Amino acid sequence: MNVNGRAVTADVEPRTLLVHFLRDDLGLTGTHIGCETSYCGACTVIVDGRTAKSCTMLAVQADGAEITTIEGLAADGELHPVQEGFWERHGLQCGYCTPGMIMSAVGLLSENPDPSEDEIRHGIEGNICRCTGYHNIVRAIEYAAAKMRGEEPAPAEWETQEVTA
Amino acid sequence: MFPRSFEYVAPADLAEAAEALASAEFAKVMSGGMSLIPMMKLRLLSPDLVVDIGKIRGLDQIEDRGDAIAIGALVRHAQTAASDAVPAALRTAAAWTGDTQVRNRGTTVGSVAHADIAADQPAAVLALGATMVARSASGTREIPADEFFVDALTTALEPGEILAEIRIPKAGGGSAYEKLGRRGGHTDYAVAGAAAWVQRSNGSISDCRVALTGVGTKPTLAEGVAEALIGTDGSASAVEAAAARATEGVTLLEDLYGSEEYKAHLAKVMTARALTQAIANA
Amino acid sequence: MSTTSVLGGVVKRREDPALIQGTGLYVDDVKLPGMLYAAFVRSPFAHARITSIDASAALAMEGVEAVYTIDDVRHLGPVLAQVPIGKVRPLLADGVVNHVGEAVAMVVAKDRYLARDAADAVEVDYEPLPAVVDLKEAATDQRKVHDDLESNILMTWEAGPFGDPDAMAETRRKIDEAKARDDTVVVSIEAVNQRLIGTAIEPRAVLADWNPGYGRFTVYSSTQIPHALAGAIAKTFGVTYNDVHVVAPEVGGGFGLKLNIYNDEILVAFASQKLGHPVKYTESRRESPNSTIQGRGWIATATLVGTRDGEILGYELHGLCDMGAYSQNFTVAIPFLGVFVASGQYKFPTHVKLDCVATHTMTTDAYRGAGRPEAIYYLERVIDAYARKIGMDPAEVRRKNYIPADAFPGAISPVGFAMDTGDYAKALDALVESDGYREMLAERDRMRAEGKLAGVGLSTYVEVCGFGPSGLVDLGFSWSEYGAPSAFSGSGLVRVNPDSTVTVIIGTGPSGQGHQTTWSQIVADQLGIPLERIRVIHGDSEESPFGVGTFGSRSAAVDGSATFEAAQKVRAKAAKIAAHLLEASEEDIQFADGGAFVAGSPDQTVSWEEIATVAYQPHRLPEGVEGGLEAHAIFSPANATWPFGAHAALVEVDGDTGDVRLLRYITVDDCGNVINPMIVDGQIHGGLAQGIGQAMFEEAVYDADGNLLTGSLLDYVLPTAADLPSFELHRTVTPSDINPLGVKGIGEAGTIGSAQTVVNAVVDALEPLGVEHVDMPLRPKRVWQAIQDAKGGN
Repeated sequence: MNVNGRAVTADVEPRTLLVHFLRDDLGLTGTHIGCETSYCGACTVIVDGRTAKSCTMLAVQADGAEITTIEGLAADGELHPVQEGFWERHGLQCGYCTPGMIMSAVGLLSENPDPSEDEIRHGIEGNICRCTGYHNIVRAIEYAAAKMRGEEPAPAEWETQEVTA
Repeated sequence: MFPRSFEYVAPADLAEAAEALASAEFAKVMSGGMSLIPMMKLRLLSPDLVVDIGKIRGLDQIEDRGDAIAIGALVRHAQTAASDAVPAALRTAAAWTGDTQVRNRGTTVGSVAHADIAADQPAAVLALGATMVARSASGTREIPADEFFVDALTTALEPGEILAEIRIPKAGGGSAYEKLGRRGGHTDYAVAGAAAWVQRSNGSISDCRVALTGVGTKPTLAEGVAEALIGTDGSASAVEAAAARATEGVTLLEDLYGSEEYKAHLAKVMTARALTQAIANA
Repeated sequence: MSTTSVLGGVVKRREDPALIQGTGLYVDDVKLPGMLYAAFVRSPFAHARITSIDASAALAMEGVEAVYTIDDVRHLGPVLAQVPIGKVRPLLADGVVNHVGEAVAMVVAKDRYLARDAADAVEVDYEPLPAVVDLKEAATDQRKVHDDLESNILMTWEAGPFGDPDAMAETRRKIDEAKARDDTVVVSIEAVNQRLIGTAIEPRAVLADWNPGYGRFTVYSSTQIPHALAGAIAKTFGVTYNDVHVVAPEVGGGFGLKLNIYNDEILVAFASQKLGHPVKYTESRRESPNSTIQGRGWIATATLVGTRDGEILGYELHGLCDMGAYSQNFTVAIPFLGVFVASGQYKFPTHVKLDCVATHTMTTDAYRGAGRPEAIYYLERVIDAYARKIGMDPAEVRRKNYIPADAFPGAISPVGFAMDTGDYAKALDALVESDGYREMLAERDRMRAEGKLAGVGLSTYVEVCGFGPSGLVDLGFSWSEYGAPSAFSGSGLVRVNPDSTVTVIIGTGPSGQGHQTTWSQIVADQLGIPLERIRVIHGDSEESPFGVGTFGSRSAAVDGSATFEAAQKVRAKAAKIAAHLLEASEEDIQFADGGAFVAGSPDQTVSWEEIATVAYQPHRLPEGVEGGLEAHAIFSPANATWPFGAHAALVEVDGDTGDVRLLRYITVDDCGNVINPMIVDGQIHGGLAQGIGQAMFEEAVYDADGNLLTGSLLDYVLPTAADLPSFELHRTVTPSDINPLGVKGIGEAGTIGSAQTVVNAVVDALEPLGVEHVDMPLRPKRVWQAIQDAKGGN
C-alpha cells in the first residue's frame, strides 16, 4: 500500500487491523483508537480518497490502497486549511479525537466544498468528541471551507462577544 | 479488541470466492466489513476463513437491466444513496445507514446479507420486492426477498453461497422509507422503520408493499397494510386505517430502545409516514 | 476586560500544533524495547464465588509470559480509597467477584492480540450468587452486598446546615411547619439521576517499566493525578516517592474518569518488576465501563414548600446514591459535593440527607460535576414544578428566593457553607433580558400555534469548585492515603532561563483544558515576556512541584494562582536587578515589551536578556541578591470558589414518537475573571454537551442480574454533532475574592447547569398534555410513555 505518499510493503497476520498496522508497524501514532465498534471515528483515515475507520478494516484489505493519515495532511510544512481551522477556531481540546475529526472534515469538504451547518454536523456524525460539544469543530470546518474556496472566513465569535461586567 | 486468528483469501472473481467459501468449516464473506469486523473484534463471531470479495472487479456497479436495477455486491451505501436509478425507499435507507465512514465502505448487499434486525436497507429491498441473486460453487440461485429474511442475522443463504447481487424490479410507482433512529431522528439503527412502495392507477392504490424493521426478529412484510390500502384512494384516512394493521403477524421484540407496545405504535407511525411519502412520490 | 490583553485575551492554543498534526504523545503511543502487553480476565457475573482458576492453557501458548491472580499480588494489599468507607477493591478478585467485569486474572504476553487470546484461554469456574443490583432494594438491606459489612448503606451525609445537629433540627421543624400550613403549596418529585459512563475518547492506558539497576519505576499513565499515582506506587511497593517517576503525557479527556488510582496501574508495575520488561495495558472501550469508574446513579425525592406567591419556605432532598461494589478514590465523598450545593443559590431552609449505598455494580466516583449536577438537577426541577403549580414565571420565582448580592462577602448557604462571591440575579437577568431568550419564547409560541409540542426550559445554578481549601483533608480530600500527605493546594514554579526564555512547571496537567496556553498568559502578563518564549511543563512527577491534579475545576483558581504568585516573585527579583542595572529605584521599574524600564523614562530600559544574564552571573548582582531567576509558590485558598449562571433551552417534541429535538441553547455563566475567553467558552461548550448528553442520551443500564446492557458505544448513546445545536454563550463577571486572579473555574459549570434545563424544557413542551416529569435520559420511548401515562391519567 501507499501511506502518505510512501510505498509500504509488509507481511501481516490477516487479523491485524489497519489501525494497528499504521500505529504499531509504521509508527504513525497520530491515528487513534477510541472504541471497537466503529462508532467513535478516532481512527478515521482516508483510503482511496474516501474516509474510513481504520479500526474496522483489516490491514490486508488495504493491500494496494492509497492511504492518507493525519501525518500526511500538511504539505511542505504548510498546515492543511482544516488543520488551520481547528487551530484558529479552537476546534480541539484534549486532541484525541482530533486527527480522526480532521480527516472526516477533509473528506467532507472534498465532496461538499460549501456545506451548511447541518451538512457539517451530519458529515461528522461518525466522529465523537467529548470535549468540545462540537460547537467549535463546526466553526473550524466553516473556517476551512471558506479558506479552501478562497474566501475570508467569518470572524471568530469571541471577537464579537458581549460581556456584562 | 482484537479478532481471533483466521485464514484470509481475496479471490479475483466470484467463482473463486464461492470455491473458497465451500472449502472451510466456518467461512464468512466480507465485502466492506462494516458488520463483520466489529463482530469479530468483539469475538462474537470467529470464522476460520474470511473470504474478502472486496478485490473482485465489476461488482461495484448499479446497472439498469431494463426490467430491473441490479446492485452489485460491492456497491457502497454512499453509492446507493446517491443513485437516481435506485428507488427512493432504498436510496433513503442507504443514506440513513451508519455514518459517513460506514457509508463509504459498507455495502448495500452486505447489509442485506447480514440481516441485522434493526438495519434499514433490508426493509427497503423487501418492500421493493427485490430478488436476491446468490452465487455458489454449484451456480446461481435467485431468492425472492419475501423468502430471504429468516430470523435475526439469518437469511436463506446456504453455507457456501454469496449474495452477489440484488435486483430491484422497475415496477414504477413510488416508494419511501421512514424511521426513528436509536439516537433520535434518522440516525443510527432503527428503533422502528418502515419502507413502503405503492402503485397508483386511475386515482386509487393498485398495489402496495410495506416492510418493517427494528420492531421484530427480522425485516417483515406488513401484508395487512397492503391489503387494507389497495383499492383505496390513498387519502390520509385510508393511510391511517391501513397503517393501523402494521404489526399484524409481527413478532414484536422488546429491547433497550422500546417496549413491545411502543414498537407496535412506532411501526404504525412509521408506516403511515412512509406510505404518505410513497404516495406523494408515486 | 479587553480581548487583546495577554491576561483576559484570546490567545490561540499553544498545545495545538502537535495535536492537529498527529504528533501529540499519548500513553498508548509509547513503545519501549521489550515491551509486553497485559490483558485481563474479567467476571461475567455480578456476584459469584470463584471456585477455580486454570491458567494452564494460556500459559502453554507461545509468547505468553505470565498469568497472575490475587495469590500473586495479595501481599501488596489493596489500593486504599481516600475515603476508606465501604469495601476497598482488592488488586484482583479475591475469592468472590462483586460486579460484572471485575478483573480476576491478568495475562502478560508479547503482543496485544496474543494477550487477548490468552486471557480468553484462562478458565475460571464460578458459583453464581444472588446479585443486589437495584438501588432501592439494596438500601433495604434485605440482602447484603458484602457479607462482612454491617449494612449496604455505607454512610449517610446529612446537612441543613452541615455539622450542626441542633440547627438542623430547627430547619426540619421549620419545613414541617410550612408544610402543615394551609396557605402553602407542597411540590414533590421523585427522580432518577441515572448512571453514566463518562467515556473519555482516549481509553485509559498505563505503561510501567521497572529498572532494577536504578531501582526505579517509570510509569506512563493517562491520569489526571500523576503525583498521587507516584505516591500510591511507592507505598504499594515499599519504595520511596523518589523511586517512582510518573509521566502523564497528553491525556485524551479526563472528566473525573482518570482521577483514580486504578488497580491496573499497580498491576502492570508489579508485572514489570517480576518479568523484567516494560508492561503496557490499554483498556478497550468494551472493558472501560467496568474497569473505569462510572458516575451519578441517584434516586432521590425533592420536596419543596412555598407560598402561593412564590416565597419558598423550605426544601428537602432525600435520596439514595449508588456507590457500586467497591469504594475507590472518592466514591462515598462524591454525594457530599452534592450536599455543598444542595440549597443552590437560594436562601430557604434546606435539609438534605443522602445515603451512600453499595450494589453489585461497577464503582461510581467523580464524573464531570460529581455530586453537583445531581443536587442542582433535583433543586431546579422541583422549583420549576413549583413555579408551574403556582402559575408564576420561572425566572421570577428563582429571583425572589436568591441569596441577595448584598449578602456577599460573607454569605453562608442554608446548608452551612461560606460562599465567595455571587450576584445571581445579574446572571439570570442577563439571560431573560437577552434577545435570544425572548426569541425562544416567541418561537415556542409560534410552534405551539402550529400544533407542535414546543417548550422552553430555564434553570439557574451555583456550583462549588476550585478545591481547596486545605481543610478538606479532614473529609478525605487529599492524597494522604496514597502515602503522599497533601492538601488541595496549588503549586507553580517559574524560571527565567539564562537566555531569558521562561520555563513554567506546574503541579497540574491538562486533559484538554489548555494549561500551556492559560499558564503562559498568566506568566507573560506578569513578566512582559512574549508567550512564544514561555514553555509550560506539566504532568511529570519528577520535574514538577507536587501537585494534586486537575479536577473539580480547580487548576486555574488554585495552581494558576500559585503560578501567578511565583511569577510575581520572579518579577520582584528581576525588578531588583533591573533597578541595579538602570541605577533607578526598584519601585519605579515596570515591565513591558520584552524588558524593564523606568516609569516616566521609557528610554531607560534593560532587556530581559540582560536581566537574565546578570541573574546567572552572581558577581554582577547587587549585594544581597541571590543568583538565578526562579521562584516557586504554593497557593492554599481560603475557600473553594462558587461559579453560577443561568441557562435556557428550546426543544421540540414529536408527540407521535417521543423524539426530542434540542433547537436552541443559551447560557449566561459567571466564572469570575476570565483568562482566555476562547478556552473558557470551549469548556462551557463541552460541559453543555455532557449535561445535555445526560438529559437526552446517556444511561448505563443494568439488568436485574447485574449485566451491563450498554457496555459498548453501540448501546451507550453519546451525542454527536448532529444531535446538538450551536450554543449561544453570554457571560457576567463577578470576580472571586479568594484568589489573586479573581477566577473561579469553568470545567464543570456547563454540565451542572444543563441537564435540568433540557428536562424543564421538555416538561414545558408536554405541559399541555399533563406531563409533570420525565426521567432522564429523555429517550423517545420514555417521553412517549410519559405522554401515554398522562393521557391515561386524564
